[in-house]
Amino acid sequence: MSGNRRAYFKRTLLNTCLCLAFFVTVNYMIGARILNRYYTNILNLVLIYVVAAVSLNLTCGYLGQLPLGHAGFMSLGGYTAAIITTRFSIPDIGPIPGQAVLFFLATVAGGIVAMIAGVLIGLPALRLKGDYLAIITLAFGEIIRVLVQNIKITGGAMGMGGIGKYTNFSWGFFWTVMVVAFTFLLVNSRHGRAIKSVREDEIAAESVGINLTYYKIVAFAGAAFFAGVSGSLFAHHICYLEPGNFGYNMSIEMLVMVVLGGLGSISGSIIAATVLTIVPEVLQTFATWKMIIYSLLLVVVMIFKPSGLMGDFELSAARLVRKIFRRKEDVPQLPENYTEGEETDEQET
Amino acid sequence: MNLINHLINGIHVGSIYALVALGYNMVYGIVKLINFAHGDIIMAGAYVAFFALDAGMPTVVAVAASVVFCVVLGVVIEKVAYRPLRKSAKISLLITAIGISLLLENTAQKLFSATPRLFPKIIEGGFYVGDRQISMTTIVTIAVSALLMAGLTVFVKTTNAGKAMRAVSEDTEAAQLMGINVDRTISMTFAIGSGLAAIAAVLYCCSYPQVYPTMGALFGIKAFVAAVLGGIGSIPGAVVGGLMIGIAEALTKGYLSSMWADAIVFSFLIITLLLKPSGILGRKVVEKV
Amino acid sequence: MNRKPERSPLVPVPSGFLMREEDVDKTPVLEIRHLGVDFGGLVAVEDFNMALGRTEIAGLIGPNGAGKTTVFNLLTNEIEPTRGIIMIDGYDTRGKKPYEICRMGVARTFQNIRLFKNMTVLENVKIGLHNEMKYSIGEAVFRLPRYFDNEEVSDLRALELLSFFNMQDMAKWKAGSLPYGAQRRLEIVRALATNPSLLLLDEPAAGMNPSETLELMKNIRRIRDEFSIAVLLIEHDMNLVMGVCDGIVVLNYGKIIAKGSPEDIMSDPVVIEAYLGKADQ
Repeated sequence: MSGNRRAYFKRTLLNTCLCLAFFVTVNYMIGARILNRYYTNILNLVLIYVVAAVSLNLTCGYLGQLPLGHAGFMSLGGYTAAIITTRFSIPDIGPIPGQAVLFFLATVAGGIVAMIAGVLIGLPALRLKGDYLAIITLAFGEIIRVLVQNIKITGGAMGMGGIGKYTNFSWGFFWTVMVVAFTFLLVNSRHGRAIKSVREDEIAAESVGINLTYYKIVAFAGAAFFAGVSGSLFAHHICYLEPGNFGYNMSIEMLVMVVLGGLGSISGSIIAATVLTIVPEVLQTFATWKMIIYSLLLVVVMIFKPSGLMGDFELSAARLVRKIFRRKEDVPQLPENYTEGEETDEQET
Repeated sequence: MNLINHLINGIHVGSIYALVALGYNMVYGIVKLINFAHGDIIMAGAYVAFFALDAGMPTVVAVAASVVFCVVLGVVIEKVAYRPLRKSAKISLLITAIGISLLLENTAQKLFSATPRLFPKIIEGGFYVGDRQISMTTIVTIAVSALLMAGLTVFVKTTNAGKAMRAVSEDTEAAQLMGINVDRTISMTFAIGSGLAAIAAVLYCCSYPQVYPTMGALFGIKAFVAAVLGGIGSIPGAVVGGLMIGIAEALTKGYLSSMWADAIVFSFLIITLLLKPSGILGRKVVEKV
Repeated sequence: MNRKPERSPLVPVPSGFLMREEDVDKTPVLEIRHLGVDFGGLVAVEDFNMALGRTEIAGLIGPNGAGKTTVFNLLTNEIEPTRGIIMIDGYDTRGKKPYEICRMGVARTFQNIRLFKNMTVLENVKIGLHNEMKYSIGEAVFRLPRYFDNEEVSDLRALELLSFFNMQDMAKWKAGSLPYGAQRRLEIVRALATNPSLLLLDEPAAGMNPSETLELMKNIRRIRDEFSIAVLLIEHDMNLVMGVCDGIVVLNYGKIIAKGSPEDIMSDPVVIEAYLGKADQ
């Protein structure tokens, strides 16, 4: 039955075309100055937060845990990448600018450092559940902040300045696609199902042979990697870093985005991150009320829809197309000439 | 300053931590929730007491006002925000608690601005023991805390209401079947915890007289560490944990530097959670399969 | 009518348990010797001995609180035993984590159904197939061919398993939205998906009416016949137990008070006393 594969390729083609169209359009708009510097900055900030929020969704929405130290991973990634880009340089390799390669490598390095921290923190922390996990990740996040504040290489409490403004729409878009693709592909696989089962019922998951610790670490590490990436993008957007950037408040802002968007919905996180980044930037009067409204929203949404505004519903271009053309979804079916007790090795023609 | 002074300071601060930790312990014991908003109830209590004293009311009235306000605040929060989520996933309840905490902090910030207010001095004097001075504040703090904790222990062990609290903590369903009004018991738990928080707030302000919107946050977290260290769900545990954290903090500030004090406290938390999550005096909770 | 088959010298059965003729020459799928567990001062299970043939259906009964679910939890290492040995297919389970025990061939259902409520019926079954599929995370993220092969095969296998209970049309429904009986059946399907040699059913007939119970009896026998596995069930419904079990173990206060065929058990005064109390009380 290659119907599965055919449907998959059609969907992937559709999504890729949409992404490319979006990318080309926005790039054109930037180049033609339709989107001026002000809007471009907001756009970049949006993408940074989208990467962070989607990565957090992996541990919050899909794994069902509440890590409160996400900003700590962003901090590690940001500082690592910034240290690399301010101390090294790569010459141009033919037509490819060396700076771009350096930025890419530095960001990846930042992600890896964050991921290692994620594994180191996750191994002890994920033995705990619920509230305890939240508190211990909070503690680790704060410890990271204190560490960063006291090491010379990060500039200590004074922070780091003079970081190149390497983050642009292309890089933001690239990493957004990476995090969304990674999360989506992972979640829709047996490993994703395993992660979700940990959220649903740990004891039942163990009883069907799921190695809880392994999958908790996988989700945690994956989330940490992309948090580090977003930290690097952030560092190279505002061009200076201080430890206070990545404190408890940033972790909470990320949490609000994920929760409001929907625990378990990638598209929800994207929408929420976009809205919650743009609105405070654009409505300055709103900014003073921002945190009050956020906290109120958090409480209200939790009371009325505990799984977040979009829950685990995903926007899907493929589904939209199907609705427009009134096609039915391909549900896995038993072959029509299936008889109980016989071998099901038939090849469908 | 030497060892004895540090120890006395430690016990002083530790008693306040213990009072606050009691609130965390009681709430966690009964609804299995880390009440992130607890620290901010302290902040609310401090502000109420401040404004009352500022308006010229006598100390006793101000303290009473603070207690009443905090009790009402705690009970309202439980009714409005936590009760609807009792049946939902734990993560939702936790997020709500965080939301309430933020709401309180930011509302206070909006209403009172972030500039710290100076809490008036309401306790004067001290004693000389040998050639050391022990301030009245320290004595009052330790005495009041000890009295309250003893009172609470007696309350929980002997009164029906106290027994109801213990029953609901152990097994909510069974308690309900026994005819205990679970909702009222939970409300009462929050009320007592919040009341203790108000008194802790006043005591805290006697020693650290700055009142500002985020004063409850860090203090609350450290008190929570004390609760975990001593054994979450255990009243004597809160005392032990509070004293340990208080002394550790005082010693660190005295011999190392205050910058590391926070880190040390957090390390305590991590070590406890990793080695013995149920704390020094806590019991292991087994999940029913 | 006591039929005790000859015990074959090939089978190292330690404690007089009935063995079906088909299983007599094979290693027992489950062997428990002197199993015991203490909780603080309380002895929850004491000196539990039992063996189970490869295709045997056995029942574990006893008054409430006798320790039956505790025995299940010990079998899957949810709780660690204080004493004794449990052997699955001849392999010691000591020190293994519950998920490793599953891979050794033990699957279970739970007294208070534990389904993955927010996932679809098909996904619930496919999680049971998790260890049958072999593709790695990398192969998943890069969508290499093995991902597609495994997923297709497991889709078919999951549907095949669901069709055993005629549930294949419910594949896309959310598990939490199923009616109670269907949820119980789904839990069994999920357990069967892990390809076990031993299936533990914890009160499978709870909440069922007599006709549903009859249906369940048929299905349990069908499961044993078609999958060639052993079934150990905890039940309170005596009709089900007597009707479907080859052998029965009776537990009271954590100790075995009787073992034998349904006929033996039904007429055993010790068992009757345990359930109904002494005649003069």
